[in-house]
Amino acid sequence: MRFRAKIVDGACLNHFTRISNMIAKLAKTCTLRISPDKLNFILCDKLANGGVSMWCELEQENFFNEFQMEGVSAENNEIYLELTSENLSRALKTAQNARALKIKLTNKHFPCLTVSVEMLSMSSSSRIVTHDIPIKVIPRKLWKDLQEPVVPDPDVSIYLPVLKTMKSVVEKMKNISNHLVIEANLDGELNLKIETELVCVTTHFKDLGNPPLASESTHQDRNMEHMAEVHIDIRKLLQFLAGQQVNPTKALCNIVNNKMVHFDLLHEDVSLQYFIPALS
Amino acid sequence: MPLLTQQIQDEDDQDSLVASLDNVRNLSTILKHATCFATKNGIKVTVENAKCVQANTLTALRMCYQGYGYPLRLFLEEGGVVTVCKINTQDPEDTLDFDFCSTNVINKIILQSEGLREAFSELDMMSEVLQITMSLDKPYFRLSTFGNAGSSHLDYPKDSDLMEAFHCNQIQVNRYKISLLKPSTKALVLSCKVSIRTDNRGFLSSQYMIRNEDGQICFVEYYCCPDEEVPESES
Repeated sequence: MRFRAKIVDGACLNHFTRISNMIAKLAKTCTLRISPDKLNFILCDKLANGGVSMWCELEQENFFNEFQMEGVSAENNEIYLELTSENLSRALKTAQNARALKIKLTNKHFPCLTVSVEMLSMSSSSRIVTHDIPIKVIPRKLWKDLQEPVVPDPDVSIYLPVLKTMKSVVEKMKNISNHLVIEANLDGELNLKIETELVCVTTHFKDLGNPPLASESTHQDRNMEHMAEVHIDIRKLLQFLAGQQVNPTKALCNIVNNKMVHFDLLHEDVSLQYFIPALS
Repeated sequence: MPLLTQQIQDEDDQDSLVASLDNVRNLSTILKHATCFATKNGIKVTVENAKCVQANTLTALRMCYQGYGYPLRLFLEEGGVVTVCKINTQDPEDTLDFDFCSTNVINKIILQSEGLREAFSELDMMSEVLQITMSLDKPYFRLSTFGNAGSSHLDYPKDSDLMEAFHCNQIQVNRYKISLLKPSTKALVLSCKVSIRTDNRGFLSSQYMIRNEDGQICFVEYYCCPDEEVPESES
């Protein structure tokens, strides 16, 4: 297995750092999948995550000007690594105004992802800061659990409001209840509801817009105002929203009635999918 | 503060009470468990703690109440996003009547809040009481605490720039449990001016004038009864 890659463009470096910060907020430990064309940050729906899963994908050629990898074998030309997300984002903090960033797979007493940052320097000589991030190589037999989640046909698909607004609403609601109902309809309306013995709070977002329906025929006689809903753990929603420091280029919410909510975001050219299951 | 009841009444004939407010931020920081009194002049929201402290705010708020048994509905709007709260009501307990009337007021001062804010934030929390002294001559207005490390006194002379009004008829020294006064710090932080009055029983009335971003004014009033009899000679 081999992997080495280099970023020299400042904007690409900053974007990569932002993505890494987001991943660190969304998942404490995650899987990094390296393939010839892409990088993926993956969190699969084990019980430990409370059933939450995440799939983040970026095209390597949008970031790296050098990218070489050799997977486990010729037929399985991929590498799956498990790492602590914060280690990567911390290493990238050093790279804010760097001249170049190199990442490679190494073995220094234990397998590592080595991140070296070449710093801009006043003098002609350059300074290099190196971080060795311990990683675990994930064996092939476990790869099947780490595949791109199948997105079921949603009952409602709706564009999200400004995430910062949503986050501040959910933050306040979290003080009142652990459960939240997220519901939306095909008329551009999304509601966040919490209910306890003493109080019911509902926040209404309107005029959000819905993406064009996949198949016109099945939905023709659908009642546009009918809400699809899911009961979810409010902390999971808050964790997802807290990870979005910048408002995404595109943000879609898909609700499968009483089953799960699927968030489909695009941060410029990086896609993020986040699945929160219904509370049982 | 004008209530918009005239306009709203046409839309919501069902409701016994409808009221509206532009900015609830101040109100939300003060309220916890509250009893609401609605009169033609405004709404008084009373919060009690251990039956010894009472805080009243005179503001208007967009609330709808259909009557006994129905939940209180609050409507909040910000940037096109509407939040509706339905709060289940409870049978109110009688609120304490502190029987504090202006005719019994012995001493009264009005201070600019900025002068008190730092003092209150630095109060020695090891002290069980805050002692307030108001006198005709020095120290005029003194806040004292008595903690494990020692006692501290904060004096505000009557000719200080912060002192807007100083009316002292007789020397009074009263102690109040600090734990009961602590909740008033929130109102102090938001306020621009505070009036402190004590009556013949040593009961304390503090009124905080709060001006919000739109220039609207509301008042928060605290009543507190003294902790114990303190001989006047002590200072």
